[in-house]
Amino acid sequence: MKEMNIKITVNEKEYLLPIIEGEMLSDLLRERLRLTGTKIGCNESECGACTVVIDGEPVLSCSYPAVKAHDKKVTTIEGLAKNVGENGNSYTVLHPLQDAFIEYGAVQCGFCIPGQIMTSYALLEKTPNPEVKDIKYALKDTLCRCAGYPSIIGAIQAASASIESGKPVISPVIQTSSVGKRMVGQVSRRPDAIAKVTGKAIYSDDIQFEGMLHARVKRAMISAGILTELDVSEALALPGVQAVLTAKDVPNAKTHGLFIKDWPVLVGIGDPIRYVGDALAIVAADTREIASEAMELIKFKYEPLTVVSSAVQAHLPETRKIHESGNLLKHIKVQKGTVSEGFDDADVILEHTYHTNPNDHAFIEPECSIARLTDEGKLEIYVGSQIPYSDREQVAAVLGLPENQVRIIGQLIGGGFGGKEDIAGQIHAAILTMKTKKPVKLLFDRQESLIVHPKRHATQINIKVGAKNDGQLVAVQTELHGDTGAYASLGEKVMTRATTHSSGPYEVPNVNIDCYAMYTNNPPAGAFRGFGVMQSAFAVESMMDTLAEALQLDPIELRRKNALRVGSMTNTGQLLRDSVGLLECIEKVENALHEKAGPNPFVPVQDPDDPTIVRAWGFAVAYKNTGLGGGAPDKAGAEIELLPDGRFEVRSASAELGQGLPTVLQLIASEELGQGTEQVQVLLSDTDLTPDGGPTTASRQTYVTGNAVKYASKAMRDLLTSELTERYDVSPEKIEFKEGLAQIDRQEVQLSSISENLRKDGIIPKVSYTYWAPETKPLGQGGDMHVAFSFAAQAALVEVNTITGEVKVPEVIVANDVGFAINPLGLKGQVEGGIIMGIGHALVEDFILEEGRVITDRLAKYRVPSIYYTPEITSFIVEHPTADGPYGAKGIGEICLIPTIPAITNAIYNAIGVRVDKLPVDQEKLVTEIQNQKQ
Amino acid sequence: MTIWKDYQLAYSLVEAVEAYDQAEKPVCFVSGGTDLLLEIQQGSHPAMKTLIDLNHINEMRELKVMGEQIFIGAAVPVSQITNSALIKEHAMAVAEATGLIGGPQVRNSATLGGNVAHALPAADGMISLVAMDAIAITYSHSGYSKKKILDLFKGPGVSALGNDEILVGFEFQIKKPGEGSAFDRVMRPQGVALPILNHAVWLRKKDDVVEDVRISFGPSGPVPTRALLVEEVFRGNKLSDETISRAKATILKTVKFRTSKMRATSEYRYHLAQALLEKVVKIAWNRAGETE
Ligand SMILES: Cc1cc2nc3c(=O)[nH]c(=O)nc-3n(C[C@H](O)[C@H](O)[C@H](O)COP(=O)(O)OP(=O)(O)OC[C@H]3O[C@@H](n4cnc5c(N)ncnc54)[C@H](O)[C@@H]3O)c2cc1C
Ligand code: FES
Ligand code: FES
Repeated sequence: MKEMNIKITVNEKEYLLPIIEGEMLSDLLRERLRLTGTKIGCNESECGACTVVIDGEPVLSCSYPAVKAHDKKVTTIEGLAKNVGENGNSYTVLHPLQDAFIEYGAVQCGFCIPGQIMTSYALLEKTPNPEVKDIKYALKDTLCRCAGYPSIIGAIQAASASIESGKPVISPVIQTSSVGKRMVGQVSRRPDAIAKVTGKAIYSDDIQFEGMLHARVKRAMISAGILTELDVSEALALPGVQAVLTAKDVPNAKTHGLFIKDWPVLVGIGDPIRYVGDALAIVAADTREIASEAMELIKFKYEPLTVVSSAVQAHLPETRKIHESGNLLKHIKVQKGTVSEGFDDADVILEHTYHTNPNDHAFIEPECSIARLTDEGKLEIYVGSQIPYSDREQVAAVLGLPENQVRIIGQLIGGGFGGKEDIAGQIHAAILTMKTKKPVKLLFDRQESLIVHPKRHATQINIKVGAKNDGQLVAVQTELHGDTGAYASLGEKVMTRATTHSSGPYEVPNVNIDCYAMYTNNPPAGAFRGFGVMQSAFAVESMMDTLAEALQLDPIELRRKNALRVGSMTNTGQLLRDSVGLLECIEKVENALHEKAGPNPFVPVQDPDDPTIVRAWGFAVAYKNTGLGGGAPDKAGAEIELLPDGRFEVRSASAELGQGLPTVLQLIASEELGQGTEQVQVLLSDTDLTPDGGPTTASRQTYVTGNAVKYASKAMRDLLTSELTERYDVSPEKIEFKEGLAQIDRQEVQLSSISENLRKDGIIPKVSYTYWAPETKPLGQGGDMHVAFSFAAQAALVEVNTITGEVKVPEVIVANDVGFAINPLGLKGQVEGGIIMGIGHALVEDFILEEGRVITDRLAKYRVPSIYYTPEITSFIVEHPTADGPYGAKGIGEICLIPTIPAITNAIYNAIGVRVDKLPVDQEKLVTEIQNQKQ
Repeated sequence: MTIWKDYQLAYSLVEAVEAYDQAEKPVCFVSGGTDLLLEIQQGSHPAMKTLIDLNHINEMRELKVMGEQIFIGAAVPVSQITNSALIKEHAMAVAEATGLIGGPQVRNSATLGGNVAHALPAADGMISLVAMDAIAITYSHSGYSKKKILDLFKGPGVSALGNDEILVGFEFQIKKPGEGSAFDRVMRPQGVALPILNHAVWLRKKDDVVEDVRISFGPSGPVPTRALLVEEVFRGNKLSDETISRAKATILKTVKFRTSKMRATSEYRYHLAQALLEKVVKIAWNRAGETE
């Protein structure tokens, strides 16, 4: 039967809607009913973000034809919380799942959360008391890249208990700081959590403007060639197309880039195409469908060039030069002592070459930028960006506008992990808006996201270590090749970090490292959580286990013997004066490991019921710098205003990717201003309203912006104190700030009246502070290259199926030295997410390229870990404060991921005697090696 | 490009076939759409003017016993099949296979009809139906007909169904004492989402002998087949180590596995096929023993 209209009940409200061709239920909900809580992560039935409940069953709305929902009842995330009470006096009661997700810290970037909650809701409706295995089964395909799976499991069980008992959700016990203060170091709910669990949180793609056009980008989809012809005439002629622009329409600067501006905005005729994602033309049209159709109509011709597909190939003298400057982006060197002497001195020398693969960030929210002109002619860009000020600078440069004519209004970010630092669609949307004078939305689909944005560097790492018989390291020599792809992005910085960390967190007298960051015709490589250190840690930590075996030493003992400690000198010549908690991390993990696994955790154990399964533990340690370092001026600004209502607003252009920065800043300001968190709100990422916080990268925000807020809070206190001292004629010691008020001698005055009084006198109670991190030295000059380092130790248990080669990681023990645990709930999320991403990198994720073409161009092909991979985690917080960190805190965002990978591969070696020297673990190869051993 | 222009819900087979005739072409049937809609969206299937949705046809939504036969409607979501007590009792292989298709949300839309009609050589539900020796019931303008499951395929992704021929459902024998079935597969966590190997076994035991057996592997060859010569090794024999090792040797000689780039080499597949065979046959055997 041909339906004329769709009759559909959504969240108990009935609608009668005309049918639209090709419309999926997600479009109907998001576009027509403006229920944007239902998210689109992949549009290919892989991620579960779009899950809604239809007649009691969870269904993927992105691939569910809207017409099919005719006569059905749909529940979306917006339908879970209930409004109670009378008009004017009504309030919202969250569903226990929503409460529990907040309490357990399961909400991070929040993008997947509506899907998680809806899937869980359907589960609880059918199975009111689910066991962990039921939860894992039900949520198997509802991906969370922040990977708060342990918290999600806990939250669902707590919600189930709450529903059954009719009592509120019981909060979990969260490990807090051992030296917590009134506010910092204590558990605090995220300020944006309620919006994120109710579907009210707005991400870029949720925004619509009147008359908004939709943009698509014509990508080269070939990895090397010279563009010879480009024909956009058919696209232009298509009804509904408003603009088709090519390189000649780029108004000013032709290239962009974070430091090195070598990335063409659009490739012009006669110019080289250097990777599949290169943009040839951009289209703006009335609808996305028309824009897509127009994009297909654009024709081009090119002269093919040989493809340079690996860093090692790029380094050969006979290889074609991709850039005029050659293929070498940077040769990075580290030298300490004299390695040849060290090796002469060594009792044992080992050498091996390791390979790491590229990875995609696979944040669940694809890139989206919306540009528009205000009535005053100012260009606004709405985008979830990790570096708003850099976006502004790059957009302004390309458009030839003064920077103050461009405003970046940062939106909630549905995961970043380093992948939202470079320009994605910001510039293209802006150019189209300038041309059409209309708002333009440029949303990447998942395929475009996978093809275009910079990846993790693939590396080849050759490492040679020399040691004495007692395990003392005497020399380490490393040669790294890093594939930085077609454009520089942050390649130099990433590979510098890989280089300096490539002799491990050990004190080694003689070190020599050469690293070659090479251009290739692969997608660019740039920032990705772990920032090069993940790669070198895999090599070093694998080598340390090999060395322990060769010397018949306990692998933990070997590490302890060489571990950096206070007073050590790093390979770049930095004397570590404080905050080196590595030994304590090692000890914590070692004790827990022996408690769980007895004295011989590294010896393989066969499963008594199934002899094909073998288990063993593996161990690894890591360190990771906090802050930019290397001589880069590392600063962040923060502003605080006492608002007329008596609340404080903290402002910074730093970005929140889900890691919990708003909570951190809120806690710090509350601590310093004597307030509770309700008295402090945080505004981030708006270049007109918030001062530059610098890039959200290098695990630096807690440290740098945290400090800025801390000092700004002090300045605010001083400002208010001096005003009050005068006004009330009391001495400053008699003034104290408390929740919502100031205690002046024995009198209590509301902060709101203080704010109003000041404003009446023409004083805006507002302070700003720019924090400069302690100066660092460039590589090669010795001294302090970094302001601080975080440290970690991990042990992972693996379970290898010796027949199929399948590997599981059922348990992980971890200790992280974070200096000071400012935000314990956020820390928990980072640790869980880091470990699971590490498991993903070790076992699941493989970004496959063939001659520069992306094979894994769908989420179905680039797999990331699902809830099935969630191990049991035992986590220890180690707090060795760093002198200049806020309350001693240093970075945590990256360190938690790094040791997981070698801990797993070392465990595999311990279990079956196969050394994995290439990531990810290939189960087929394990089987082949096991069979070779048998012969 | 929109994926479809006209999406019609059919409420009976007659209506579906009629709608097919009258529809603006190109037209095709759709059930869960979990394969079809994605393929159109991703450009690996041409866009359709008309899609005729089969999900509301009652007889295709049934799951029941009919005398000596079990009937599974082609439009029953596979989540219902995997959770069905009836299917668990009579065809564990089918329950297990359908429980592994995609994730829970996909399973609420995906159907067995689509799984079979898509004709991929390693579709999980289809491989289990092969071991169950299922009969497909189809409907077209010339009425109902019955076909053996293995006669439904022409090549990878190409079914032998007529254009307007609808898979209505599948029938197979109810489980008798001494019978049992099982399904398992091995995946690769990375890269391509398809299974490296899947495998289903149905058998009937009599005392300590395998009286009858049906074995299927996927992907093996362009269209699904039974491993007939491997079956022969078991038939009439005890399930001894010796029989199993002869069966394994017969896999090497008679079953075709090829190398798929980035997924698995043929060597690995042969290795896994032997291991899976031993595991799955034993499970089916034990299940058979429970009702002997
Ligand atoms: C994320 C994801 C994971 C998946 N994982 C697996 C997996 O692990 N194992 C597996 O086997 N498959 C898997 N699939 C594939 C797919 O979901 C199944 O094959 C599913 O059973 C197809 O059923 P459907 O009803 O959705 O088919 P549709 O997409 O509706 O149809 C598929 C084809 O069959 C035709 N068709 C459908 N129904 C009929 C009918 N009754 N009569 C005639 N023709 C018909 C359609 O015209 C179309 O050509 C996965 C798919 C996704 C999206
Ligand atoms: S958006 Fe629907 S599954 Fe990813
Ligand atoms: S919170 Fe799940 S993807 Fe970020």
